[in-house]
Amino acid sequence: MSAITVENLTKKFGDFTAVKNLSFIIKSGEVFGLLGPNGAGKTTTMSMLSTMLKPSSGKAAVNGFDIITNEDDVRKSIGIVFQDQSLDEELTAYENMDFHGRLYRIPKSTRQKKIMELLKLVELEGKKDNLVKTYSGGMRRRLEIARGLLHEPKILFLDEPTLGLDPQTRNHLWDYIERLNREKGITIILTTHYMEEADKLCNRIAIIDKGRIIALDTSEKLKNDIGGDVITIVSSERDKLYSVIQYLPEIKNIEVHDSFLTIGLENAEKHVAQIVNMASETGIPIDSISIHKPTLEDVFLHFTGRIIREEEASGKEQMRLMHRVRK
Amino acid sequence: MDIVYTLWLRNVKRYIRSKSRMIGSLGMPVFLLLVLGFGLNSVVAIPGMEQGYIGFIIPGIISMSVLFTSVFAGIQVIWDKQFGFLKETLVAPVSRLEIMLGQTFGGATTAVIQGLIIFVLSLFMGLEVSSIPGFLIAIIFMILIGLSFTAFGIAIASRMEDMHGFQLIMNFVIFPIFGLSGALFPIESLPGWVRYLTLLDPLTYGVEGIRYGLLGSSQIDPAISFAVLSGFTVLMVAVGSYLFRKISI
Ligand SMILES: Nc1ncnc2c1ncn2[C@@H]1O[C@H](COP(=O)(O)OP(=O)(O)OP(=O)(O)O)[C@@H](O)[C@H]1O
Ligand SMILES: [Mg+2]
Repeated sequence: MSAITVENLTKKFGDFTAVKNLSFIIKSGEVFGLLGPNGAGKTTTMSMLSTMLKPSSGKAAVNGFDIITNEDDVRKSIGIVFQDQSLDEELTAYENMDFHGRLYRIPKSTRQKKIMELLKLVELEGKKDNLVKTYSGGMRRRLEIARGLLHEPKILFLDEPTLGLDPQTRNHLWDYIERLNREKGITIILTTHYMEEADKLCNRIAIIDKGRIIALDTSEKLKNDIGGDVITIVSSERDKLYSVIQYLPEIKNIEVHDSFLTIGLENAEKHVAQIVNMASETGIPIDSISIHKPTLEDVFLHFTGRIIREEEASGKEQMRLMHRVRK
Repeated sequence: MDIVYTLWLRNVKRYIRSKSRMIGSLGMPVFLLLVLGFGLNSVVAIPGMEQGYIGFIIPGIISMSVLFTSVFAGIQVIWDKQFGFLKETLVAPVSRLEIMLGQTFGGATTAVIQGLIIFVLSLFMGLEVSSIPGFLIAIIFMILIGLSFTAFGIAIASRMEDMHGFQLIMNFVIFPIFGLSGALFPIESLPGWVRYLTLLDPLTYGVEGIRYGLLGSSQIDPAISFAVLSGFTVLMVAVGSYLFRKISI
């Protein structure tokens, strides 16, 4: 059975189309990733699927329920961790959980038990009676995930679950997410612009850019499609080099970028010498050359001609922090 | 009903926890009581007022306290919007009406508590309550002011993006509502046209109702006050719910 089906989902803000004709299916029990740069439309998609935003056109079903005509059942089926913090800082962790449990009408006896269980899972039981405003970013995130699980949703939405966290906390959260999926069979849809995160957690990844899905497959397949290896050559005469080597039969694809050129091919170490030779024969200077296994970054570059710059994230993180400080 | 209770509980918890805000918002009413009450008590004589000018303005200051606390409680929704917590409530499988009612009851509760604190302080300043039923009548009017103006605050918050407009609302809506309400002066002493404005001000009926309850006499028939203020409360809750339903985040 499919957990989520999306057909031609579109969202316009005035003249601007934030999400264009999105279509995909998420299988039950899958961890599905939406990977894309800032402004790609990830949050907008999540908002529509979680009934927080009305689509301009198209349709979608979550856990079999239509997101437009059956909001209530959709809401009962999902748990969500929003991109921006959504805790009440003036309440304790326990009270935040309790509020959530009551909103979802969980009877008192199970509520108390489940809250303690989940707080233990995210290792916050010792601080359960501290006000959330005394919590660190990582603790808040863990609390939000625990809260999203309290009503035992079939499907968990995680919008940039590890944005702004240090690598250690991030790893920790990844473990939780994997365990949740494995042990409880919860379907997870998450957005991220960290390649590594998508790579590690997701069964399948939809790469999304400017509101459109540009590629959708397992991380493995996406990477294989651009070649078993990637050679990156930095050279001032990229175009000339391109015209010299483009017809080599081993090359699966070749692209010229701002200051460099990428070549996708199998067994790069065998062919790199030949490429260097051809360059020097024709007098093309090579500033540097490197070989690596393709990453999702290469996939994104391949499809869009741009790179997802991870430093973009830091601006967002800054905003999250400022948001907090302003209070 | 348990959803309404959940929202109510959160509001009350937050209120009890924020001692500084509780005490801070007592500042202005207490200041007015002291300065106007004691300052003008010997100068101003209001016909028919046995308890003097200070006795006259105590119901007004209580109303003011309830008014400000409740509008502020309603406008808090903007904070929830800005700090993200509103999403947590809106994405839950509950109706917006329940959320709105919970907020309204929560805000009204804190506003009434705030009014009661002023009431207790007033007892130390020489207020003599006419009777126990009178006191209960005053409470009922405080509740109505609390409900209607929390709903009013929520209505405004539903249309506002951030707190920038807050000052504007305070200066051009809330202060005039307080100023025109007859909290500080007898309605009869006003020139004709101002008197009409006063009678258009819903808070006037709240002040008069509380005055009747606490002092045993008022310029407007308490039954009329009750009818008008109840009507206003129903209207505000309806408008507030309607606008809150369309809130976008
Ligand atoms: N309420 C809104 N009104 C107008 N434009 C909006 C609104 N919400 C989002 N947008 C625009 O839609 C586009 C997609 O935004 P969205 O938040 O979905 O991106 P995202 O992929 O989640 O990015 P990020 O990684 O920064 O979170 C952006 O260009 C954004 O400016
Ligand atoms: Mg986003």
